[in-house]
Amino acid sequence: MSEDRGTGWVRLDEGDSVVVLTREVARGEELRGPGGERWIVGAPLTMGHKLAAHAIARGETVLKYGFPIGVASAPIAAGEHVHTHNLRSAHIGIAQGDAA
Amino acid sequence: MRLLPASWPAYERQDGGKGVRNVVAVTYLVECAHHVAREITTPFRERGVHTIGFPGCYPNAYASEMLGSLCTHPNVGAVLLVSLGCESFPRAALEDRVAQSGRPVKTLVIQQAGGTRKTIEDGRRWVSDQLLALRDGARTTMWMEELIVGTICGGSDGTSGVTANPAVGRAFDRLVTDGAACIFEETLEMIGCEEHLAGRAVTAELGDELRASVAKAEHYSVAMGWPSFATGNASGGLTTIEEKSLGAYSKSGRLPVHGLLKPCDKPGRGGLYLLDVVPDGEARWGFANIADNVEVAELISCGAHVVLFTTGRGSVVGSAISPVIKICANPLTYTRMSDDMDVNAGRILDGEAMLDEVAHEICAATLRVAAGEPTASETLGHQEFILGYKSFEPAGPACHPAFGATGDRQER
Repeated sequence: MSEDRGTGWVRLDEGDSVVVLTREVARGEELRGPGGERWIVGAPLTMGHKLAAHAIARGETVLKYGFPIGVASAPIAAGEHVHTHNLRSAHIGIAQGDAA
Repeated sequence: MRLLPASWPAYERQDGGKGVRNVVAVTYLVECAHHVAREITTPFRERGVHTIGFPGCYPNAYASEMLGSLCTHPNVGAVLLVSLGCESFPRAALEDRVAQSGRPVKTLVIQQAGGTRKTIEDGRRWVSDQLLALRDGARTTMWMEELIVGTICGGSDGTSGVTANPAVGRAFDRLVTDGAACIFEETLEMIGCEEHLAGRAVTAELGDELRASVAKAEHYSVAMGWPSFATGNASGGLTTIEEKSLGAYSKSGRLPVHGLLKPCDKPGRGGLYLLDVVPDGEARWGFANIADNVEVAELISCGAHVVLFTTGRGSVVGSAISPVIKICANPLTYTRMSDDMDVNAGRILDGEAMLDEVAHEICAATLRVAAGEPTASETLGHQEFILGYKSFEPAGPACHPAFGATGDRQER
């Protein structure tokens, strides 16, 4: 686990395509990515949400904990919020249900 | 590694079981008897009298077996059955089973006893007598090798798989190494983890069974049109069922998996076990688990004396029969809801604790609770219980290769 308190995120496995926020972040806040690059937070997010560790192409398998957590449904920029709008399950989607 | 106590005082049952609580279970046998059962319980609910039961009017072998297992759970000292009178539940067989276990048992039939008021009076009198008798019941010493611990997560968020769940995993590693039996479940939340899980089985045949149990869960979820994933999981940062699954799976720790249990199967001895909570056969019972307490009750049916419950969003539930220890993954949730929590695993995210430290705290809390210390949910009066319709095939011989689960479901 690579962890840097100052960055506000944790990368759970070295090969992961996402990092996990360890604190709340505000829109417009500046964070530093794994290579020290500047990320500008696009939306306020609570801890536990994910940001792309690097640019991810549409159709690419996204890794967290070193394991696949789904497929990018849109191109994702480095530092962008990774969630239901750009990542879908390779198993069972939550959109096909009627419980929403 | 800091030492944990190897033994603690417990309640001795005539059937050889050792309990960490001394519960009187007031058990309704159809929803029509639920109110009367609850009214019997109410004056005694802070004295270890719990209400459990089955709402259905039509028979179901799983539900009968669940109530049989729960009414003879080591944490239960006496059982009052409350029947309306015309339901299909095989109440005489349940009374026989409880009596054979050596526990005091009585059946009240509302239609024969003279209705609501009379049954409540009779029930309260009987429960009051049992509480007096249980106070003087036999005590014994319980050893780590006799302890069964279950785990579940509920109200998960993006912190669950980073803090509380892996901390429980390390606690499981420790408890199993010290001789306890530990049970993880939620095959509906192991989707995507099946190959890794199968690779941890002590035999290739068990690995096939583990893989098949997850495939069954995925098939069942597809049939329902919805995975085990709530709106709050997404608000908390989880995006897909496989992401939630990886976090949930980390509660199982790193040790080899010794067996696969179905509800009411008992682990034969210490080790790590997966509980398969998804009905067998075609998907015909609706959602496999409508809420967390279905699975909590199933863990307890397998003999769990204590249940470790991790939460990120902030679940407040406890359970009837066995104490539930709440391990909070999210430090902000902990700040908001600390009264409901026993362990603050969110300290890991704040940089105030390491996983191993929280894991030790979980082990120590487990043994204090086993020795009688009340949990937060017990103190707050939580005694949730859910039991619905399901059906299971007996677990095959490949499911318990190492020691043999006693599997008392199969023997009847």
